[in-house]
Amino acid sequence: MSAILVIEQILNGLQFGIMLFLMAAGLTLIFGVMGLINLAHGSLYMVGAFAAASVAGATGSFLLALVAAFTVAAFAGAIVEIVVIRRLYRAAHLDQVLATFALILIFSEGTRWVFGSFPLFLDVPSYLSGPVTLPGGIEYPLYRLTLIGVGLLVALGLWWLTARTRIGIQIRAGENDREMIAALGVDISKLYTLVFALGAALAGLAGALVGAIQSVQVGMGEPVLILAFVVIVIGGIGSIKGALIGAILVGLTDTLGGIFLPEFLKLFMESGAATQTGSALASMAVYILMSVVLIWRPTGLFGARP
Amino acid sequence: MSEPVLATRNLCKTFNALVATDDVSIDLKPGEIHAIIGPNGAGKSTLIGQICGGIKPDAGSVHLGDSDVTNFSTAERAQAGLGRTFQISALAMEDTVLENVLLGVVGRSAKPWRFWSPALKARDLIESSMAALERVGLAEVCDQVTANLSHGQRRQLEVAVALALTPKAFVMDEPMAGLGAEGSHSMTDFLSELRHEAPILLVEHDMDAVFALADRISVLVYGRIIASGSVDEIKASKKVREAYLGEET
Amino acid sequence: MIREGYINAIVLFGFLLIPICALIIEEPYTITLATRAAVLALAAVGLNIALGIGGLVSLGHAVFFGLGGYAMGILAFHAQNYIPVELGPLTINGTKSMPIIWLTAVLVSAFAALIIGLLSLRTTGVYFIMITLAFGQMFFFFSISWSAYGGEDGLSIYVRNVFPGVNTLVPIQFFGLCFTALCVALFVQSRLRASIFGLVLNSARQTPVRAETVGLNPMRLKLLAFVISGAITGLAGALFADLNRFVSPTMFSWQLSGELIVLIIIGGVGRLAGPVIGSALFVTLEHFLGEFTDFWHIWLGLILLLIVLFARGGIIGILTGKDGPHV
Repeated sequence: MSAILVIEQILNGLQFGIMLFLMAAGLTLIFGVMGLINLAHGSLYMVGAFAAASVAGATGSFLLALVAAFTVAAFAGAIVEIVVIRRLYRAAHLDQVLATFALILIFSEGTRWVFGSFPLFLDVPSYLSGPVTLPGGIEYPLYRLTLIGVGLLVALGLWWLTARTRIGIQIRAGENDREMIAALGVDISKLYTLVFALGAALAGLAGALVGAIQSVQVGMGEPVLILAFVVIVIGGIGSIKGALIGAILVGLTDTLGGIFLPEFLKLFMESGAATQTGSALASMAVYILMSVVLIWRPTGLFGARP
Repeated sequence: MSEPVLATRNLCKTFNALVATDDVSIDLKPGEIHAIIGPNGAGKSTLIGQICGGIKPDAGSVHLGDSDVTNFSTAERAQAGLGRTFQISALAMEDTVLENVLLGVVGRSAKPWRFWSPALKARDLIESSMAALERVGLAEVCDQVTANLSHGQRRQLEVAVALALTPKAFVMDEPMAGLGAEGSHSMTDFLSELRHEAPILLVEHDMDAVFALADRISVLVYGRIIASGSVDEIKASKKVREAYLGEET
Repeated sequence: MIREGYINAIVLFGFLLIPICALIIEEPYTITLATRAAVLALAAVGLNIALGIGGLVSLGHAVFFGLGGYAMGILAFHAQNYIPVELGPLTINGTKSMPIIWLTAVLVSAFAALIIGLLSLRTTGVYFIMITLAFGQMFFFFSISWSAYGGEDGLSIYVRNVFPGVNTLVPIQFFGLCFTALCVALFVQSRLRASIFGLVLNSARQTPVRAETVGLNPMRLKLLAFVISGAITGLAGALFADLNRFVSPTMFSWQLSGELIVLIIIGGVGRLAGPVIGSALFVTLEHFLGEFTDFWHIWLGLILLLIVLFARGGIIGILTGKDGPHV
């Protein structure tokens, strides 16, 4: 196995992880601030992808498509928050799981109703397609590299937002004490809608960005949603730093596991069996990772200790 | 002098930089009520947590009867004979009053593994439960759902559940909390009798009740016992006045 | 308002009546639908013990459903190919006998529930929901990549397995078998709920601190409830596979875990007949709305949303006027 292949796979894992981070950041923010488990986060990812594919189809502009994904998902998120979610903040986790599970059904079937069951396609724009040569002579797709860059920018932006701005201070205060910040005169329900819409917008953006390298179809959100949950559980629910580290861990584990586990097992087993067992293990790897983390630290790597 | 039923030896606990318990040694002798008082934030909850399990001390030990229970879990301490009541009622609100007390009786027997015969037909268990309810005066409401009880009744039920365990010693966290004058009175009378069955470590804010009940009082300030003695000694203690009452005068 | 006992009796009687009527008017497909509802109800009864009494929100009960299904699939697959299973030094022959398959399904699921429970019960709240979900996904992906038993395509069994004294190929007889299993499970649940174990478990759900301070270990109580729960759901999995004569990784999918919870919530969480009503309604909706529109899940979603937001006790809660246990 060449070093180039290894680096390529590491970059792939990184890119996957960064996209998971866009999903996980919203989830963990929503959980941290409002205490809500939102299974419908994957639906907002799908909404973003469909919005992007439609706008790109109509205008031909990828940039406009991304803007559409961001705004439509934010808008959908705000509506969902106002109509359904805000009734759930004080409800039990079970109710939150069920109500947002119901939202998945409604979103998925609604989208199928409007767009049909066939996948849509969103093309990588010409100025971002094709490979670039990295130092060391590695050829890597420019678009994927852009994704990594965009994701890191978002991470930086989120850090700036929560650590350096007035609204970020309100958000962090809301995590600690709802009554207190309400008493300080912050309109808490507006703040919640805003946080939810922000999380939704990030999910929508991720959907559009990934939609360009995969197909845009109903049901695309759920596998990503579950991985995003794995990410925030590993990182510790509520922690954005945890989400970033968890996302990269999961991205790398998933990508590298698929390549290296079968190879690794070939050292001990005959080739056919190694490939079989290796790929089976690799597909379970992130879940095994999560279980191990939880058994070791029941509230995740950066979660608050009870 | 008789051997203490419950004792702590040099308990210490810090949270980050905050000293919550500082070298606390207290004991509880047969037949007595030993009250722990102190201003808010003195470390009473942390101390109870270490005595009853749930909070692990950094140093020191907890003894119940002849055994060192420092490394026992909460459940094992209860098995060893520690009965506890909570400041904020921890009752099964959806269940009936009787079912709540049954929990205590089952806990004492340590046999929750009966899967087939109906709990409400287990004569022996029901009889012990009803006896506990009689004593606190809740027998008539035994079939009511706990959520429908008044606050005072919940406090009584809280005590009945602990009674059902027939413990060697009680640890009671503010049993008077939220009771009216009349409720406090009858609770005071009840605890006064109860001490002869098993001694009580009483954490309480209601000073009238403490002065009426306590055989001994220990004053906890910033995690440290600053004074310990009879009611009169504590009332007269200068140290206590400064540290505790001083803030008010 | 109606007493819950009457509702339970009416529900079970109605459940029995529908396939009998279908038999008389010669509508065999309705019998199959009723069997499907009975089997899903059985799976949900299993989950209801963990969820409704123990308060364990498991989003991974498909693990046990799938294990039951694959227990049936693998044993029957080896029987129809006449190839024994080689497990190291052990050689096990396949079988078409339902009692043996059921026993295997129950034992395997109970064992899996023991291991998963031991690991998962270290966590609580959202983390518990997520770790059970993760275990579900592990089994799902494992079954997809395990090509010896069909991988993604699943396993087909040509002829339904046999039960002594019953012709399982006749729909109404197979329904009878499944319905009996459901009734037995319901009986077990009602005894369990009224027993000392049930009482203590139910209290531990509401106030775990109290259970500990009276000397009980809530973790052990919950673990046992989880094992019993998994075993019943596993049995349902074996029956479900036999009903379809097919097992596939979808039996392990997280959507299935979600649907099992949905069935319980629609009917009434912790209520004896909750899963039965929920499952009957679910299968009816699936069939009739499914005929009327391709997008019936929207309506399911709306119903579910309304129940969660406005009718906490589910249908039984509405009928009896009493809120169920809070999970």
